[in-house]
Amino acid sequence: MAIIEVKDLEKTYYNDGVATPALRDVSFTINEGEFVSIMGPSGSGKSTLLHILGFLDEHTTGEYRFDGKTMSDYSKEEIAHVRNKKMGFVFQAFNLLVRTTVLENVKLPLLYSGVKSSLRDELALKAIESVGLSHRVHHESSQLSGGEKQRVAIARALVNKPNVIFADEPTGNLDSKSGQMVMEFIQKLNEEEGHTIILITHETCTAKHAQRIIHILDGKIESDTKVNHRYKARDHFRK
Amino acid sequence: MTIQDSFQIALAGLQTNKSRSGLTILGIVIGITAIILVMSVGQGAEDLILNQVRGLGSQTIIVEPGREPSGPSSFAELFTDSLKQKDVDALLNPSNVQGLQDLTPAVMQVVPVTFENETIRTNVIGASDLIAKILDIFPREGAFFTDDDIRQKASVAVIGSEVKNKLFGPSDALGEKIKVKGRTFRIVGILPPKGQVALFDADDMVVVPYTTAQQYLAGINYFNAIMIRAESEDIVPRVVRDIELTLRETHGIDDTDKDDFHVTTQADAAERVKTITGILSVLLVSVAAISLVVGGIGIMNIMLVSVSERTREIGLRKALGATEKDIMTQFLLEAVMLTALGGIVGIILGAAFSFLASLILSRVLALGWEFTFPIFAAVLGLGVAGLVGLVFGLYPARQASLKSPMEALRYE
Repeated sequence: MAIIEVKDLEKTYYNDGVATPALRDVSFTINEGEFVSIMGPSGSGKSTLLHILGFLDEHTTGEYRFDGKTMSDYSKEEIAHVRNKKMGFVFQAFNLLVRTTVLENVKLPLLYSGVKSSLRDELALKAIESVGLSHRVHHESSQLSGGEKQRVAIARALVNKPNVIFADEPTGNLDSKSGQMVMEFIQKLNEEEGHTIILITHETCTAKHAQRIIHILDGKIESDTKVNHRYKARDHFRK
Repeated sequence: MTIQDSFQIALAGLQTNKSRSGLTILGIVIGITAIILVMSVGQGAEDLILNQVRGLGSQTIIVEPGREPSGPSSFAELFTDSLKQKDVDALLNPSNVQGLQDLTPAVMQVVPVTFENETIRTNVIGASDLIAKILDIFPREGAFFTDDDIRQKASVAVIGSEVKNKLFGPSDALGEKIKVKGRTFRIVGILPPKGQVALFDADDMVVVPYTTAQQYLAGINYFNAIMIRAESEDIVPRVVRDIELTLRETHGIDDTDKDDFHVTTQADAAERVKTITGILSVLLVSVAAISLVVGGIGIMNIMLVSVSERTREIGLRKALGATEKDIMTQFLLEAVMLTALGGIVGIILGAAFSFLASLILSRVLALGWEFTFPIFAAVLGLGVAGLVGLVFGLYPARQASLKSPMEALRYE
């Protein structure tokens, strides 16, 4: 079943009256449970596309349906609810709250989802355990390594069991070993938990963790292909 | 999100910038301190004056000529000659005024009083011996003059303790002769120290028969006041009404607006004191309130800086599912908690300063000053401080809530 349907999507930025097209004529569909990489060089519009798909930005023309409903039909409260319950975000810069413990960071989405405070610790601890950071629960985010920070971000993204996880260059700020580990968790989320994953990257080897790669160049889809030889991070990691 | 969560988030936000939070609330602290101080000292002053007014006794009624002064410009109307002996006679008639216990006319003058080479200026009050009962002050030596003295316009005087000390020092004064406005008076009584009683400093006065004062000292045929004591406090309003009706009849007045006298009771006087101190308090509190506005603008300024600094945090919270309302609540609560904290500190400081002030006033000025902590002002202060946070936090909080999550996440 399609969770994301994009048709003739366009995005134009206006700066001091000058129109800069960022996305043109973008159409595709992503089904639930899919793992899709969006690739392209910097400035190609891939981040803009992710922001629109993640309800963080609005498109200019065209149609975007998420979970069967057109974006413009969502109210502000519904958008906040969708971001909270149905989407999870992993950013390149981690975006953890400073001077805040791992546990509190992971609990953050639960705060906005009406989960009873007595349940929050339990859910957050489970998410932290799933990324292998149980020994770091009460550390402040600044005390963690880059790879650990990103794993906290993944735990935060999955704590509300979202349908779709958006990952924007999740390995961009990491060394290759930490990057591999992060990709392992992301892949595991897709295969074992059935989360839909949309991954933005400019590295081919990272993109190949997905089942499908959409190439973007100058705001247009250049190709949309199935990955024949998927890269298995776990296999690599375990070797 | 529960309100408890909101409080926790706001508190965490404030804690990350402790020294800035502290400096930000300084304006509020000063404002609330000033308000508490002004209200506490104002209350103390009011109590002090009210205590003196109460010294008048709740049964005492004072009739004065002229209209009730409605402002400083109309004080001249006090100096009229509408109260005469026939009024006194009419008031003493029980069929006119019921429940009247004691009455004395009063003639008041400030004149030189001399004993041998010593001269002082003091209040000379012409009254009947009943003034002792009305003011509740009885001679410690000798006695008050009698009705005979009044009838005969005798030159006899009862002196206050201060007058005795100034003129005679430690030596005996009873039976001595003093000169009042050039006329010789024999001292028949000396009053004990009593301090301020109603309108008079009982220590610094000389009481003579009112007939004598009228004829020989003032040269007038009217009275400056008539002092009356009702039988009990309960009937004061009725006695006042009887007095007014009687005087209107003797003066031939049928329109109450044209009264040429006015009647004051302790309740009236207390009311007037409260009005005056109330006006003063409002005035001073308004000045203090200006500092609250300045403090509020400071809060708004810092909140705007904070919102801009925390753009990324706001973006992240929104990306994780915070609604505009959640963000708004967070920043608004931060502002309100800041100002409320400022309010609490201000209340404590204000109480401390007013306690200090009361110590100074009672020790140094030796007034019967009592420290009062105005609970009302404290509650008001806290409320106002919170309100300042709410009002001046609204704009920054709104700015925060309107940030687009994408813009906010991009912000470096």
